[in-house]
Amino acid sequence: MAERLKGKVALISGGARGQGAVEGKLFAREGAKVVLGDVLEEEGRRTAEEIRAAGGEAVFVTLDVTKADDWQRAVDTAVSTYGKLDILVNNAGILQMEGLEDITPETWDRVMAVNATGVWLGMKAAVPALRRAGGGSIINISSISGLIGTGMQTAYQASKGAVRIMTKTAAMQYAKEGIRVNSVHPGPIDTPMTTGLDREVWQMFLRSVPLKRAGTPEDVAYGVLYLASDESSFVTGAELVIDGGYTAQ
Amino acid sequence: MAGRLEGKVALITGGASGIGEATAKLFAREGARVVVADVQTAKGKAVVAAIRAAGGEAAFIRANVAREGDAKRMVAFAVKRYGRLDILFNNAGVENPKPEVETSVAEWDKVMDVNVKGVFLGTKYAIPEMKKNGGGSIINTSSIFGLVGSPGFAAYHASKGAVRLLTKSTALAHAADNIRCNAICPGVIETPMFAQVLSEAPNPDTARAEWMEMEPIGRFGRPDDIAYGALYLASDESSYVTGTELVIDGGYTAR
Repeated sequence: MAERLKGKVALISGGARGQGAVEGKLFAREGAKVVLGDVLEEEGRRTAEEIRAAGGEAVFVTLDVTKADDWQRAVDTAVSTYGKLDILVNNAGILQMEGLEDITPETWDRVMAVNATGVWLGMKAAVPALRRAGGGSIINISSISGLIGTGMQTAYQASKGAVRIMTKTAAMQYAKEGIRVNSVHPGPIDTPMTTGLDREVWQMFLRSVPLKRAGTPEDVAYGVLYLASDESSFVTGAELVIDGGYTAQ
Repeated sequence: MAGRLEGKVALITGGASGIGEATAKLFAREGARVVVADVQTAKGKAVVAAIRAAGGEAAFIRANVAREGDAKRMVAFAVKRYGRLDILFNNAGVENPKPEVETSVAEWDKVMDVNVKGVFLGTKYAIPEMKKNGGGSIINTSSIFGLVGSPGFAAYHASKGAVRLLTKSTALAHAADNIRCNAICPGVIETPMFAQVLSEAPNPDTARAEWMEMEPIGRFGRPDDIAYGALYLASDESSYVTGTELVIDGGYTAR
C-alpha cells in the first residue's frame, strides 16, 4: 500500500466520530501516527482502539478546542507519544441553523468559540511543534458556508468565514518556514453533525446539489489527506471545495 | 500495489513536456493507460517510451487541440487503443507575455484558440465517450492568471479566465452524467513555458527574481506539484468534487 503519510504524526480535533474519525482511520491506513482529540471521551477511545485493532497507531486525548490548556496537552501528547507533530487537522465544529434575529448571544459565543477561536488556539499550540519538525501542514475545515450565504446559520457562517481568511493569513505568516495552511470547504456531508437536521430541509438541500447526493466523510477525508501529504507541498493559503458542485452555480 | 487510477484510461493534451509530461508519467505509475497528445511529436514519443520502459502503458498521438479534426481524432484514438475514456486532462496551453496594445490580433487568436477552444473541443468530444462508461473526470488547466490580474498578459489572462468559467459550465451541464469537471490553477511552475517567458523578458535574471518575490513559499512549483493535484482530481478520491478550482500556487493568490 501507498502510505502517503508514512512517518508523519497527525493531530485531529473532533476525531472521536464522524468526519474526524474517518480522517483518523484514513490517515492511519496511510501510515500516519494519529492523535485523536475530542470532548467525546468514550467514542474517542473506541475510535483509537479501532485504529490500533486494524494495525494502525493512534491515541486519544481529551480536547475541548475552546481551551488553550487542552490544546497544549494535545500537542504535548503527540510529541511525547510519537516524538513530533507534522499535521494538524482543525476538524472540530458545531452547527447552528438560526438566522440573524433569532440567534441568542450565548449561541453566537459558543459557535464562535468552537469553530473560530478553536481553530486559532489549535494553530497557536501546534505551530511551535510543526516548526521543530522542520515544517508541516495545517488543514482547517471551513465549509461552503464560509464561501456563500444561505440566509440562515448566521453564527455558523461567520465562524466558517473567519476560518477561511484566518487560514490565508496563517499561510502567509508561515510560508517561509515550510508550514502550509489550507482550508477545506465541504458541502452537505452525511455526518453526526448533519443527521439532526430536518430531513425535508436536508432533501431539499440535496436536490440543489448538482451531483444530487450528499457527500460522505470519506469524500472529505481524501481531500484532507491530499493537503496533509507532501503531494500538496506547493499548496498553501488555498481553499479545497468538496461540495458536489453546489458553489459552482 | 493497486494504483489510484487502476483500470482507467486518461488522455492528456500537452503531454509531451512540462506539467503534461509529469502528469502522464504519474498517471501511468498509478495504473492508468495514458494517451499523450501534443504537437511536439519527438518529445511526446519520448515520454511514451519512458512510460513503457518503466512498465506502464501509453501511446502518443499528434494533435493540435485548436483543430476540431485533431480533437476528434485524439479522443477516437484513445477509445480505439484502450477501449474507453475516463479522464481528460485539457492541459495544452500557450503563453503570450504582452499587454493589450502590444498584442497582435494573430497572437490573441492563437492564445484563445489553443487555451480556450482547445479545452472546449477536447471536452465536446470526450463527453460522449465518458457517458458510455457511466462517468468520468475532466481536468482543465487554468492558472492563477485566471484568478488575478497582472500588467502584461492580456490574452493569456482572458484565456485562463475563460477556462475557469467553462469548467463550471461543464461541471453543471454534465453532473447528471456523473462527469466531473474541475480546474487547476498553477502558480509559477518551472516548465519549458516558464523558461520561454523568462527568455522573452528584457533581463531574464531580474525577471526570475521578480517572479520569485511573488511566491510566498520561497520557491517555484515543480511539474510534479501540479501532477499530484491532477491525480487527486482524476481519481475517485475526489468523486464529490466538481466545478471547483484547485489552486496550486505556493500562496501567490492568498495574499
